[in-house]
Amino acid sequence: MQVSVKYFASLRELMGEASSVIEIEEGTPISQLWQLIIENKNIEFENVMMAVNMEYVKSEHQLKSGDEVAFFPPVTGG
Amino acid sequence: MLIEIRKKPFNAYQEIQAYLENLDLAGQYGATASFVGSMRDFNEDKKVTYMTLEHYPGMTEKHLETIAKEAIEKWQLLDVLILHRVGKVKISEDIVLVATWSAHRKEAFESCRMIMEQLKSGAPFWKKEETNSGSQWVEKNTPGY
Repeated sequence: MQVSVKYFASLRELMGEASSVIEIEEGTPISQLWQLIIENKNIEFENVMMAVNMEYVKSEHQLKSGDEVAFFPPVTGG
Repeated sequence: MLIEIRKKPFNAYQEIQAYLENLDLAGQYGATASFVGSMRDFNEDKKVTYMTLEHYPGMTEKHLETIAKEAIEKWQLLDVLILHRVGKVKISEDIVLVATWSAHRKEAFESCRMIMEQLKSGAPFWKKEETNSGSQWVEKNTPGY
């Protein structure tokens, strides 16, 4: 199945892209997808925040087909 | 309730006044609390010339709406206004406005504080500062308590 993945702020710059579409197995935990991404890109990034379909999720959250996944650094608004 | 992400500069105090004029709350509210965050020309020991604010369109609005709705329910608020800038922000421009209305001051004060702290810790915005030694992403917010 496919999920769309978005990156923001310093992570977007590090990745060199704002989004990508990734093929993974149904039910893959989001933490596993994150590991796959950083290993493929050979990058290190601490304190990543994770969201699925625009809501924060925990690292064990299982992904479904068509999910919009987002990874980003700690927020600094206000 | 109004939540807006603004790409252009706004004056927080004019926004509060304009919003109040369109509300039908005369006689109901006895307390208005507001917080306005504005752009400084320094951060830690660096001179900042301007800042670029990025957000996650869709999630940011959704997150702010959830915070506001929870505050309205918890403190029985009469209304909530949240405005936040994105894009290039210049020195002294307003970045964020949170205003709350209630019958008495306790609810207005406490809810305004809580909304602001939750916005700081959870709403997906990111600041990139242009300083005298190049540009840098702000890595974390200063504690509010």
